[in-house]
Amino acid sequence: MQITVNEQNHTAPANETAGSVRDRIKADADLVIVNGFPASAEAVLNNGDQVVLIRRGEVPGADELDALLTARHTPGVHEAVKGATIGIAGVGGLGSAIAIALARTGVGHLIIADFDIVEPSNLNRQQYFVDQIGLAKVYALHDTLARINPFVRVTACHLRLTPANIKEVFGHAQVLVEAFDLADQKVMLIETFATRFPDRPIVTGSGMAGFGPANTIRTQRVANNLYLCGDGSTAAAPGTGLMAPRVGVAAHHQANAVLRLLLGKAPEDEA
Amino acid sequence: MEITFNGTLHELEAGTSIQELLDQLRLDCLQVVVEHNHNIIPRQRLAETVLNNGDTLEVIHFVGGG
Repeated sequence: MQITVNEQNHTAPANETAGSVRDRIKADADLVIVNGFPASAEAVLNNGDQVVLIRRGEVPGADELDALLTARHTPGVHEAVKGATIGIAGVGGLGSAIAIALARTGVGHLIIADFDIVEPSNLNRQQYFVDQIGLAKVYALHDTLARINPFVRVTACHLRLTPANIKEVFGHAQVLVEAFDLADQKVMLIETFATRFPDRPIVTGSGMAGFGPANTIRTQRVANNLYLCGDGSTAAAPGTGLMAPRVGVAAHHQANAVLRLLLGKAPEDEA
Repeated sequence: MEITFNGTLHELEAGTSIQELLDQLRLDCLQVVVEHNHNIIPRQRLAETVLNNGDTLEVIHFVGGG
Protein backbone atom coordinates (compact mmCIF):
# COMPACT_ATOMS: atom_id res chain seq x y z
CA MET A 1 0.00 0.00 0.00
CA GLN A 2 0.98 3.65 -0.45
CA ILE A 3 1.44 6.06 2.47
CA THR A 4 3.20 9.39 2.91
CA VAL A 5 5.90 9.81 5.57
CA ASN A 6 6.96 13.42 6.30
CA GLU A 7 5.24 14.37 3.04
CA GLN A 8 7.25 11.82 0.99
CA ASN A 9 5.52 8.93 -0.78
CA HIS A 10 6.38 5.49 0.56
CA THR A 11 5.38 1.96 -0.33
CA ALA A 12 4.60 0.07 2.88
CA PRO A 13 3.81 -3.60 3.62
CA ALA A 14 0.18 -4.45 4.25
CA ASN A 15 0.68 -5.00 8.00
CA GLU A 16 2.61 -1.75 8.60
CA THR A 17 2.09 -0.07 12.00
CA ALA A 18 2.99 3.39 13.30
CA GLY A 19 5.84 1.77 15.25
CA SER A 20 7.25 -0.26 12.36
CA VAL A 21 7.33 2.66 9.94
CA ARG A 22 9.04 4.78 12.62
CA ASP A 23 11.71 2.10 13.24
CA ARG A 24 12.38 1.77 9.54
CA ILE A 25 12.56 5.49 8.58
CA LYS A 26 13.36 7.59 11.68
CA ALA A 27 14.04 5.35 14.69
CA ASP A 28 14.83 8.25 17.04
CA ALA A 29 11.43 9.90 16.48
CA ASP A 30 9.41 10.07 19.68
CA LEU A 31 6.11 11.14 18.15
CA VAL A 32 4.19 9.55 15.28
CA ILE A 33 1.29 11.57 13.82
CA VAL A 34 -1.15 9.69 11.59
CA ASN A 35 -3.68 11.77 9.62
CA GLY A 36 -3.29 14.66 12.04
CA PHE A 37 -3.55 12.71 15.30
CA PRO A 38 -0.85 11.20 17.55
CA ALA A 39 -0.80 7.44 17.12
CA SER A 40 0.40 4.59 19.38
CA ALA A 41 3.12 2.28 18.07
CA GLU A 42 0.60 -0.54 17.58
CA ALA A 43 -1.76 1.51 15.40
CA VAL A 44 -2.20 -0.28 12.07
CA LEU A 45 -1.77 1.89 9.00
CA ASN A 46 -4.05 1.94 5.99
CA ASN A 47 -3.50 2.77 2.36
CA GLY A 48 -3.32 6.55 1.85
CA ASP A 49 -2.42 7.40 5.46
CA GLN A 50 -0.33 10.51 6.08
CA VAL A 51 2.40 9.84 8.65
CA VAL A 52 4.66 12.45 10.24
CA LEU A 53 7.63 11.45 12.42
CA ILE A 54 8.80 14.05 14.94
CA ARG A 55 11.81 14.11 17.24
CA ARG A 56 11.14 16.56 20.10
CA GLY A 57 13.64 19.41 20.45
CA GLU A 58 15.16 18.81 17.04
CA VAL A 59 15.18 21.97 14.91
CA PRO A 60 14.49 20.68 11.43
CA GLY A 61 16.08 22.00 8.26
CA ALA A 62 14.08 24.34 6.05
CA ASP A 63 13.10 21.55 3.65
CA GLU A 64 11.68 19.40 6.41
CA LEU A 65 10.10 22.24 8.38
CA ASP A 66 7.23 22.90 5.98
CA ALA A 67 6.10 19.28 6.14
CA LEU A 68 6.36 19.20 9.92
CA LEU A 69 4.48 22.48 10.41
CA THR A 70 1.58 21.07 8.48
CA ALA A 71 1.51 17.79 10.42
CA ARG A 72 -1.31 18.95 12.71
CA HIS A 73 -3.37 20.46 9.92
CA THR A 74 -6.51 18.71 8.92
CA PRO A 75 -5.66 16.96 5.63
CA GLY A 76 -6.93 19.00 2.69
CA VAL A 77 -7.09 22.31 4.58
CA HIS A 78 -3.43 23.19 4.13
CA GLU A 79 -3.57 22.65 0.38
CA ALA A 80 -6.63 24.92 0.21
CA VAL A 81 -5.09 27.83 2.14
CA LYS A 82 -1.43 27.84 1.11
CA GLY A 83 -2.20 29.34 -2.29
CA ALA A 84 -4.40 32.08 -0.82
CA THR A 85 -3.71 35.82 -0.55
CA ILE A 86 -5.57 37.64 2.24
CA GLY A 87 -5.52 41.40 2.88
CA ILE A 88 -5.70 42.74 6.43
CA ALA A 89 -6.44 46.46 6.79
CA GLY A 90 -5.29 47.58 10.23
CA VAL A 91 -3.11 45.49 12.54
CA GLY A 92 -4.24 46.63 15.98
CA GLY A 93 -6.20 44.44 18.36
CA LEU A 94 -8.18 42.69 15.65
CA GLY A 95 -5.69 42.63 12.78
CA SER A 96 -2.64 41.42 14.73
CA ALA A 97 -4.58 38.47 16.16
CA ILE A 98 -6.18 37.65 12.80
CA ALA A 99 -2.78 37.68 11.05
CA ILE A 100 -1.31 35.30 13.63
CA ALA A 101 -4.28 32.92 13.38
CA LEU A 102 -4.09 32.88 9.57
CA ALA A 103 -0.29 32.39 9.60
CA ARG A 104 -0.66 29.44 11.98
CA THR A 105 -3.34 28.06 9.64
CA GLY A 106 -0.81 28.24 6.81
CA VAL A 107 -2.37 30.93 4.60
CA GLY A 108 0.30 31.46 1.94
CA HIS A 109 0.36 35.25 1.56
CA LEU A 110 -0.78 38.00 3.94
CA ILE A 111 -0.90 41.66 2.92
CA ILE A 112 -0.89 43.74 6.11
CA ALA A 113 -1.30 47.53 6.09
CA ASP A 114 -1.26 50.07 8.94
CA PHE A 115 0.32 53.49 9.60
CA ASP A 116 0.58 53.02 13.35
CA ILE A 117 3.49 52.51 15.77
CA VAL A 118 3.52 50.07 18.72
CA GLU A 119 2.75 51.99 21.94
CA PRO A 120 2.65 50.70 25.52
CA SER A 121 -1.14 51.25 25.67
CA ASN A 122 -1.57 48.74 22.81
CA LEU A 123 -0.21 45.84 24.83
CA ASN A 124 -3.48 45.27 26.74
CA ARG A 125 -4.98 43.59 23.68
CA GLN A 126 -2.69 43.72 20.64
CA GLN A 127 -0.24 40.96 19.69
CA TYR A 128 2.97 42.93 20.26
CA PHE A 129 5.76 42.78 22.84
CA VAL A 130 7.47 45.28 25.14
CA ASP A 131 10.65 45.06 23.05
CA GLN A 132 8.65 46.13 19.96
CA ILE A 133 7.49 49.48 21.41
CA GLY A 134 8.27 52.24 18.92
CA LEU A 135 8.40 49.95 15.86
CA ALA A 136 5.93 50.25 13.01
CA LYS A 137 3.21 47.69 13.77
CA VAL A 138 3.41 46.09 10.32
CA TYR A 139 7.15 45.44 10.67
CA ALA A 140 6.86 44.19 14.26
CA LEU A 141 4.06 41.85 13.20
CA HIS A 142 6.03 40.69 10.16
CA ASP A 143 8.85 39.60 12.53
CA THR A 144 6.41 37.76 14.79
CA LEU A 145 4.76 35.98 11.86
CA ALA A 146 8.17 34.86 10.55
CA ARG A 147 8.94 33.33 13.96
CA ILE A 148 5.64 31.41 13.87
CA ASN A 149 5.64 30.26 10.26
CA PRO A 150 8.53 31.26 8.00
CA PHE A 151 6.71 29.89 4.97
CA VAL A 152 4.01 32.56 5.06
CA ARG A 153 4.83 35.38 2.65
CA VAL A 154 4.07 38.74 4.26
CA THR A 155 3.72 42.02 2.36
CA ALA A 156 3.99 44.74 5.01
CA CYS A 157 2.72 48.21 4.01
CA HIS A 158 3.52 50.99 6.46
CA LEU A 159 1.05 53.59 5.23
CA ARG A 160 -2.33 55.16 5.90
CA LEU A 161 -4.99 53.47 3.78
CA THR A 162 -7.10 55.90 1.74
CA PRO A 163 -9.60 55.60 -1.14
CA ALA A 164 -6.63 56.42 -3.42
CA ASN A 165 -4.38 53.50 -2.42
CA ILE A 166 -6.70 50.71 -1.18
CA LYS A 167 -7.23 49.24 -4.67
CA GLU A 168 -3.48 49.06 -5.24
CA VAL A 169 -2.43 47.75 -1.80
CA PHE A 170 -5.09 45.02 -1.80
CA GLY A 171 -5.28 44.41 -5.54
CA HIS A 172 -4.23 40.76 -5.10
CA ALA A 173 -6.28 40.03 -1.98
CA GLN A 174 -9.00 37.48 -2.68
CA VAL A 175 -10.61 38.22 0.71
CA LEU A 176 -10.26 41.54 2.58
CA VAL A 177 -10.30 41.72 6.37
CA GLU A 178 -11.41 45.06 7.83
CA ALA A 179 -9.66 45.51 11.17
CA PHE A 180 -9.71 49.27 11.72
CA ASP A 181 -10.53 51.06 14.93
CA LEU A 182 -12.71 54.01 13.81
CA ALA A 183 -16.22 53.45 12.43
CA ASP A 184 -15.90 55.99 9.60
CA GLN A 185 -12.64 54.32 8.48
CA LYS A 186 -14.34 50.90 8.47
CA VAL A 187 -17.06 52.33 6.23
CA MET A 188 -14.54 54.07 3.93
CA LEU A 189 -12.56 50.85 3.45
CA ILE A 190 -15.62 48.70 2.73
CA GLU A 191 -17.11 51.21 0.26
CA THR A 192 -13.83 51.55 -1.60
CA PHE A 193 -12.95 47.86 -1.84
CA ALA A 194 -16.51 46.67 -2.55
CA THR A 195 -16.96 49.23 -5.33
CA ARG A 196 -13.73 48.17 -7.06
CA PHE A 197 -13.91 44.42 -6.33
CA PRO A 198 -17.63 43.61 -5.88
CA ASP A 199 -17.06 39.85 -6.21
CA ARG A 200 -14.51 39.58 -3.40
CA PRO A 201 -15.71 38.93 0.17
CA ILE A 202 -15.03 41.39 2.98
CA VAL A 203 -14.90 40.25 6.62
CA THR A 204 -15.47 43.17 8.98
CA GLY A 205 -15.56 43.70 12.75
CA SER A 206 -17.99 45.92 14.66
CA GLY A 207 -18.90 45.82 18.34
CA MET A 208 -16.32 44.11 20.56
CA ALA A 209 -15.53 46.64 23.30
CA GLY A 210 -16.04 46.05 27.02
CA PHE A 211 -16.49 42.81 28.93
CA GLY A 212 -20.03 41.81 28.02
CA PRO A 213 -20.78 38.15 27.32
CA ALA A 214 -18.55 36.57 24.68
CA ASN A 215 -21.60 34.78 23.29
CA THR A 216 -23.10 38.02 21.97
CA ILE A 217 -20.27 38.18 19.41
CA ARG A 218 -21.47 36.52 16.21
CA THR A 219 -20.60 36.13 12.55
CA GLN A 220 -23.37 37.39 10.29
CA ARG A 221 -23.76 37.89 6.57
CA VAL A 222 -25.00 41.49 6.49
CA ALA A 223 -24.78 42.14 2.74
CA ASN A 224 -24.17 40.14 -0.43
CA ASN A 225 -20.39 39.85 0.06
CA LEU A 226 -19.97 41.36 3.55
CA TYR A 227 -19.59 39.33 6.73
CA LEU A 228 -19.72 41.13 10.10
CA CYS A 229 -18.16 39.74 13.28
CA GLY A 230 -19.00 41.34 16.61
CA ASP A 231 -22.06 42.21 18.67
CA GLY A 232 -22.82 45.02 16.22
CA SER A 233 -23.37 47.66 18.89
CA THR A 234 -20.81 47.92 21.72
CA ALA A 235 -18.57 50.82 20.72
CA ALA A 236 -15.25 51.64 22.31
CA ALA A 237 -16.02 54.55 24.66
CA PRO A 238 -14.91 55.97 28.02
CA GLY A 239 -15.80 53.28 30.57
CA THR A 240 -16.11 50.64 27.81
CA GLY A 241 -12.54 50.00 26.78
CA LEU A 242 -11.16 47.49 24.33
CA MET A 243 -9.81 44.41 26.12
CA ALA A 244 -7.96 41.32 25.01
CA PRO A 245 -10.68 38.69 25.63
CA ARG A 246 -13.57 40.15 23.64
CA VAL A 247 -11.34 41.67 20.95
CA GLY A 248 -9.73 38.24 20.64
CA VAL A 249 -13.12 36.53 20.30
CA ALA A 250 -14.12 38.91 17.50
CA ALA A 251 -10.72 38.61 15.79
CA HIS A 252 -10.95 34.84 15.73
CA HIS A 253 -14.51 35.00 14.41
CA GLN A 254 -13.02 37.00 11.55
CA ALA A 255 -10.11 34.59 11.04
CA ASN A 256 -12.49 31.63 11.02
CA ALA A 257 -14.77 33.42 8.54
CA VAL A 258 -11.76 33.82 6.22
CA LEU A 259 -10.87 30.15 6.61
CA ARG A 260 -14.43 29.06 5.85
CA LEU A 261 -14.53 31.28 2.76
CA LEU A 262 -11.28 29.73 1.53
CA LEU A 263 -12.76 26.27 2.07
CA GLY A 264 -15.90 27.20 0.14
CA LYS A 265 -18.16 27.25 3.19
CA ALA A 266 -20.59 29.95 4.35
CA PRO A 267 -19.00 31.84 7.27
CA GLU A 268 -22.26 32.83 8.96
CA ASP A 269 -24.37 30.75 11.33
CA GLU A 270 -26.09 27.83 9.69
CA ALA A 271 -29.78 28.66 9.22
CA MET B 1 -44.13 52.58 -3.08
CA GLU B 2 -42.64 49.78 -1.04
CA ILE B 3 -39.03 48.78 -0.46
CA THR B 4 -37.42 46.04 1.63
CA PHE B 5 -35.35 47.82 4.24
CA ASN B 6 -33.09 45.64 6.42
CA GLY B 7 -35.30 42.65 5.71
CA THR B 8 -38.74 44.22 6.34
CA LEU B 9 -41.19 46.00 4.02
CA HIS B 10 -41.33 49.79 4.32
CA GLU B 11 -43.73 52.27 2.75
CA LEU B 12 -41.85 55.19 1.18
CA GLU B 13 -42.71 58.28 -0.83
CA ALA B 14 -41.90 57.79 -4.53
CA GLY B 15 -38.70 59.53 -5.64
CA THR B 16 -36.93 59.31 -2.28
CA SER B 17 -33.14 59.11 -2.56
CA ILE B 18 -31.03 56.92 -0.29
CA GLN B 19 -29.54 60.04 1.33
CA GLU B 20 -33.02 61.40 2.07
CA LEU B 21 -34.01 58.13 3.69
CA LEU B 22 -30.83 58.12 5.83
CA ASP B 23 -31.61 61.72 6.86
CA GLN B 24 -35.19 60.78 7.80
CA LEU B 25 -33.82 57.94 9.95
CA ARG B 26 -31.10 60.25 11.38
CA LEU B 27 -28.36 57.86 10.22
CA ASP B 28 -24.88 59.34 9.69
CA CYS B 29 -23.65 58.27 6.25
CA LEU B 30 -20.07 58.21 7.61
CA GLN B 31 -21.00 55.38 10.00
CA VAL B 32 -23.07 53.16 7.71
CA VAL B 33 -22.47 50.89 4.75
CA VAL B 34 -25.39 50.96 2.30
CA GLU B 35 -26.17 48.04 0.02
CA HIS B 36 -28.77 48.80 -2.66
CA ASN B 37 -30.07 45.84 -4.69
CA HIS B 38 -26.96 43.83 -3.68
CA ASN B 39 -24.45 46.53 -4.62
CA ILE B 40 -22.59 48.58 -2.02
CA ILE B 41 -23.08 52.31 -2.75
CA PRO B 42 -20.24 54.72 -1.95
CA ARG B 43 -21.28 57.76 0.08
CA GLN B 44 -20.77 60.18 -2.82
CA ARG B 45 -23.59 58.44 -4.71
CA LEU B 46 -26.16 58.24 -1.91
CA ALA B 47 -27.84 61.54 -2.83
CA GLU B 48 -28.15 60.77 -6.54
CA THR B 49 -29.43 57.21 -6.08
CA VAL B 50 -33.23 57.25 -6.09
CA LEU B 51 -35.16 54.33 -4.65
CA ASN B 52 -37.73 52.47 -6.73
CA ASN B 53 -40.68 50.28 -5.85
CA GLY B 54 -39.50 46.77 -4.95
CA ASP B 55 -35.90 47.79 -4.18
CA THR B 56 -33.88 46.06 -1.48
CA LEU B 57 -31.83 48.21 0.88
CA GLU B 58 -29.48 47.05 3.62
CA VAL B 59 -28.04 49.68 5.93
CA ILE B 60 -25.30 48.38 8.22
CA HIS B 61 -24.35 50.63 11.12
CA PHE B 62 -20.76 50.48 12.38
CA VAL B 63 -19.35 51.27 15.81
CA GLY B 64 -15.74 52.00 16.70
CA GLY B 65 -13.25 49.57 18.20
CA GLY B 66 -10.69 47.16 16.86
